[in-house]
Amino acid sequence: MPEIPLPDPRWADLPLAFAVLGLALWLTLTRGDRAAVIGFTGYGLLVAVAWVRLGSVDVALTEAALGGGLMGVLLLTAVARLGSDIDQPRPSLPGDLLIGLLCLGVAAGLAAVVLGLPSPAPSLVAAVEDHQAAIELGNPVAAVLIAFRAVDTLLESVVLALAVIVLWSFGADRAWEARPRALDFGEPSPALVLLARLLPPVGLIVGVHLFWTGADHPGGPFQGGAVLAAMALLVWLARLGRPPPVTDGFTRLGIVVGPLMFLLIGLAGVVLAGAFLGYPDAFTKPLILLIEAAKTLSVAVALALLVAGPPALSGALSMRRTGSTETGAKA
Amino acid sequence: MDLADGFTAIFVSLGAFFFFAGWVGLVRFPDSLSRLHALSKADNLGLGLVIIGLMPQASWPFGVLKLVALWLLGVLIGGATAQMLAGAIHLDDGREPPGGNGDFARRTSEAGRNNEPGAAH
Repeated sequence: MPEIPLPDPRWADLPLAFAVLGLALWLTLTRGDRAAVIGFTGYGLLVAVAWVRLGSVDVALTEAALGGGLMGVLLLTAVARLGSDIDQPRPSLPGDLLIGLLCLGVAAGLAAVVLGLPSPAPSLVAAVEDHQAAIELGNPVAAVLIAFRAVDTLLESVVLALAVIVLWSFGADRAWEARPRALDFGEPSPALVLLARLLPPVGLIVGVHLFWTGADHPGGPFQGGAVLAAMALLVWLARLGRPPPVTDGFTRLGIVVGPLMFLLIGLAGVVLAGAFLGYPDAFTKPLILLIEAAKTLSVAVALALLVAGPPALSGALSMRRTGSTETGAKA
Repeated sequence: MDLADGFTAIFVSLGAFFFFAGWVGLVRFPDSLSRLHALSKADNLGLGLVIIGLMPQASWPFGVLKLVALWLLGVLIGGATAQMLAGAIHLDDGREPPGGNGDFARRTSEAGRNNEPGAAH
């Protein structure tokens, strides 16, 4: 059979580019909060596909899990809590113009920076490739995150723990012993309960797999932790389980174990490898796995708790709008 | 282009047709419930056909099994979310859904009901 010439696969990116731009335009123009949030979730998924097409699967996974998934849940709960009051009348024409001009300025600035990059762009890829073998990781992204730029990753994992502390401090003093209640939405539908029973076993395997495979393939503690957090949120939304009280010792341990492990092994490196966050040659891979395992757990716990909200007494965070369905909510 | 590639081309095209049909239904059907119906039906079938089409291209056994797992997950999640959305639409309409319950989607839908031109009447 004669070979059929195939079109350039880059043509397939054209619909994707138009979809991203079109959805972005629609998102800025739409007036409905819920519609905008659902659109934003879809936008995150489209951007993730764009990252895949650019060859950055690690970024794509993060974008899909955080930008698409957890952000979507966070914003949907916010919309549900605020009710329709947030729909203010359209801003006046000068206001619209000002917003448009500011957006145009930001876009133009970004475009100038991107288009002004020297060609070929400055790159540290060669430097990473030269030293990657020393730390026994096949995935260059993982190598950069856990070894070459380990300080950044350490600070990032600390930030996540701090974010949970900040969120918790928004709770009322008398609610300190209570559980987070941002996900209390009354009786869940049977379909949601079914999903929350069937999906977590799969999600658990996928989350751990993402962490484990992250050493040599796209993935890692952050992506894996985000999937695990999503499973916890599903179970909480379906009321098959409840978020732990913020005074729970194991929960707090879960939040800090990642940064703590990272910090301790990093400090041990001062003695054993001659540098903070240095790994002794004989134990490089096991130590990295230990850090990443602890970090996966901490990311999962922290992200789930960030969506679950501050501790609140029952009813304290219930929706302000009057609704006949409100009476159905469990106290 | 061998037999496997031809098989892939045919089944992926068929799947794409069903996705297209689902999109037409989403755009043209009069009310939210019918649109949901068109979308979830066509999506499940379209995804299934695309995955059957991709099977000859995947490695045996794990690549193929991953594709099957993806399809099962898609069907499960698509079906469940369609149910939740349908429940939300019923409540928007002022009726109890057939199952007599509400959920997360319902709560969030109430906030945006004024902005939903296609809500069932």
